[in-house]
Amino acid sequence: MGVTLPLPRVAAEFAVDSTTVLETFEQYSQMSLFSALLVYALAFIFFAVDLANRAGSDAEPVVGDGGVRVRSRAERIGFSLTVLGWLFHLAATVVRGIDAGRVPWANMYEFALTATLAIVAVFIIIQFFYDMRFLGTLVTGLTLVFLGVARVNFFRASMPLPPALDSYWLVIHIMVAVVAVGFLTLSLGLSIAQLMQARRERILGAQGLATTAAASDLGSGWSASESGAAAGGSTATLTRAPADGSGTPPRAPFAFLRSFPNADSLENLSYRMVIIGFVFWTFTLIAGSIWAEHAWGRYWGWDTKEVWTFIIWVLYAGYIHARATRGWRGSRSAWLCIIAYSTVIFNFTIVNLFFKGLHAYSGL
Amino acid sequence: MTRPSDHIDSTPGSNASPVGLGFGGYLRWFWRQLTSMRVAILLLLLLAVAAIPGSILPQRGADPNGVTQYQSQNPDLFKVLDAFPIQAFDVYSSVWFSAIYLLLFVSLIGCVLPRTKHHWQAMRSRPPRTPSRLGRMAGFTETELRNDEATAAEAAQVAEQAVEQARGLLKRQRYRTEVYRQGQSVSVSAERGYLRETGNLVFHGALVGVLITVGLGGGFGYQGQRTLVEGETNVNALIDYDSFTPGRFFDDSSLPPFSVRLDTFDVTYVTPDDGKPAALGQATDFTAHVTVFDTDGTERKETVKVNQPLRINGTNIYLLGNGYAPTITVRNAEGVSVFHESVPFLPQGADLTSLGVLKIPYGLGEEQVGMMGFFYPTQVELESGAYSSNYPDLINPLLTLDVFTGDLGINDGVPQSVYSLNQDKLTKLTGRGTEKKSLELRIGDTVDLPNGLGTVTLDAVPRFVSFDLHQNPAQGWVLFFALLATTGLLTSLFIPRRRVWVKATPVEGGVRIEYAALARGDDPTLEGAVADLVAKHRESLG
Repeated sequence: MGVTLPLPRVAAEFAVDSTTVLETFEQYSQMSLFSALLVYALAFIFFAVDLANRAGSDAEPVVGDGGVRVRSRAERIGFSLTVLGWLFHLAATVVRGIDAGRVPWANMYEFALTATLAIVAVFIIIQFFYDMRFLGTLVTGLTLVFLGVARVNFFRASMPLPPALDSYWLVIHIMVAVVAVGFLTLSLGLSIAQLMQARRERILGAQGLATTAAASDLGSGWSASESGAAAGGSTATLTRAPADGSGTPPRAPFAFLRSFPNADSLENLSYRMVIIGFVFWTFTLIAGSIWAEHAWGRYWGWDTKEVWTFIIWVLYAGYIHARATRGWRGSRSAWLCIIAYSTVIFNFTIVNLFFKGLHAYSGL
Repeated sequence: MTRPSDHIDSTPGSNASPVGLGFGGYLRWFWRQLTSMRVAILLLLLLAVAAIPGSILPQRGADPNGVTQYQSQNPDLFKVLDAFPIQAFDVYSSVWFSAIYLLLFVSLIGCVLPRTKHHWQAMRSRPPRTPSRLGRMAGFTETELRNDEATAAEAAQVAEQAVEQARGLLKRQRYRTEVYRQGQSVSVSAERGYLRETGNLVFHGALVGVLITVGLGGGFGYQGQRTLVEGETNVNALIDYDSFTPGRFFDDSSLPPFSVRLDTFDVTYVTPDDGKPAALGQATDFTAHVTVFDTDGTERKETVKVNQPLRINGTNIYLLGNGYAPTITVRNAEGVSVFHESVPFLPQGADLTSLGVLKIPYGLGEEQVGMMGFFYPTQVELESGAYSSNYPDLINPLLTLDVFTGDLGINDGVPQSVYSLNQDKLTKLTGRGTEKKSLELRIGDTVDLPNGLGTVTLDAVPRFVSFDLHQNPAQGWVLFFALLATTGLLTSLFIPRRRVWVKATPVEGGVRIEYAALARGDDPTLEGAVADLVAKHRESLG
């Protein structure tokens, strides 16, 4: 039961006219998807140009009224294109769902379609709260790769739901999972940026350009919040002339990071994305358990997919603890975040495709 | 000790070594290590790593057939991996996996208990004294109320008033407040967000609850499998199950004595009329119509679907598999029936080409007789001449049988699968490799067995369903604790815990008012909250 391999049909009596209305739905979905890929690719280029500009040797970060960094034209175009690409992406997904007559997440191709849609959606929405447009290259780049690979390798014509997936828990379980992945993807980008920024700060520090790290000698478990700095673009300290006034321009790798938030702020942002993602992942686990009880008669059975979902949960729990542990805060916890995210990707790709288990819904 | 000493918010202490403290000192040192954040992280990472092998090697719990297959393919390696301390096929109940999560939970409890005590005291104590210098705190703001003609007494009164106003504002924002005086200064010290730590403790406590209820549920529950052909009945008693796995503390006599009859089993397929050629023949619905004969003697009609188990008296019935069970009658040369059964055939793929075995030890001549065959619900002939099925419903059903005689190998007491035929001591009489063609039967056909053994008839082709029956008395509690943990998690991550101070000091020609705050943990909106308080306070002062 639940085995849905589309085996070749040989009986002539079941031959079906292939020019039905439903097929044109699929064509619209595909057209929309290819438009999305094209627009994302353009967005990626503009975001990359923006990063290159940030590295420009004598470009001071432009600070407007209220200390908010003025966004470059390349970044603004890149972001607008991302929104446009997302609309095409959304249309492709919705039409796919209409074609299938169900939620558009029931096989590998559709999982990729929906998960990347959620990643970009979270990326767009988060900008209302924190300016993370600097992650544009990563988000559009990852989305392009995931969508491209999924389209080329995982594409299947839409199929009706097999009885095993025919449950409202399919809607809940997968929806919370993809939203979690959206937030965790941003945390990945932030942690990578944090590691590079930390290295840059170390090298600049060695050149006598120590950043203004707030001393926290407040004692007895209390520390001043750095939150004001976190809300986008507090950066100027890294680009000042050397303190000794010699006029030698500072030399450090990753010059484009000069207009990024400092490593501490990046870490705080990453942590915030992780805790939101972690809560959604917890819901994924619980919703999955309830569904597993309905479908398979047990809420937990160490199925391969369950194992990896558990591993991801434990690793992010480790990350959250690491953030609160002396000696682990900083670069160590950032590495942990990156490792944890790699297990998310592993769970979606390798486990779906090569591991034997009950979650055999890739449709491949 | 309230927090682990290596918690980012605790003061660094000197507890580095156990040297010179004797046995008790060593134990204390060890306990401190175990309950430290560092060790908690290491145990979490270890737990994640330890879970991996169970997803690579087949596990007895999740995939028993995979374990058997592994054993037959790698018999030598299997022995090593399956040996006691390695337990590679029972990873999640192995000693090493259990050791990690038990240590983790001991560490958790050792950390949570003292914190609970400390938090209990903190909740009942007053907000601490206002620091004398607020300048380095978050959101520090300073304003002055100027009045050059005010006397010292008037200024002191204004200061009192300002602090009282601030206290009112903070109380309305659900801060707990306390007014302190130091020299000339009067100040209000306010604290809120105790729920953050409460949530944190609830989360960790609820995880312990999850662990305990998972264990209890497994110990007191059971799971059984039963295959029913349409028309058959299962009585909820040990003897009636095909397989039965009780928990450690399960009492056989606690099985409620109801029974369930499978009346019909309906399957909906994607037909050629549905306009989905790629999905042709895919099942879209399985419904088992059953009659429940309850313990009180009543009977009622129910249905079981894949995602909709039937719940009776704390026992849940799940629909897990299905297929065809051709009803076959075998008669000997004299025409006497020696076998009449619906034999479940195991589906080999989506088109329900199914493989089945009949064993007839007595009644057909001197030797034992076995038959093995394929059932094709919609039989077609491939170019090679081989048969296949290309649609799972009964459009053009055909049963083929190969007949064997000899020793079935069932007399030496070694248990055998009813789905396989041990051909070691059997002679094949029909089918590939012999001179005779396989027997072919359509519904209603009777054909002769070779060597004048008798006849075989295909009477009908009902469907069979495999049901799982489970009882887990604690699973509701597992869900309760999981949701409790989630609630705790949400509170502990998103409720800010902060202290806010407003201090008023009479100075030359007026009153100086200072505002500042401090957060415990991540608090993105702290500065905004102070700015908001400052604005409101100014407004209230006119």
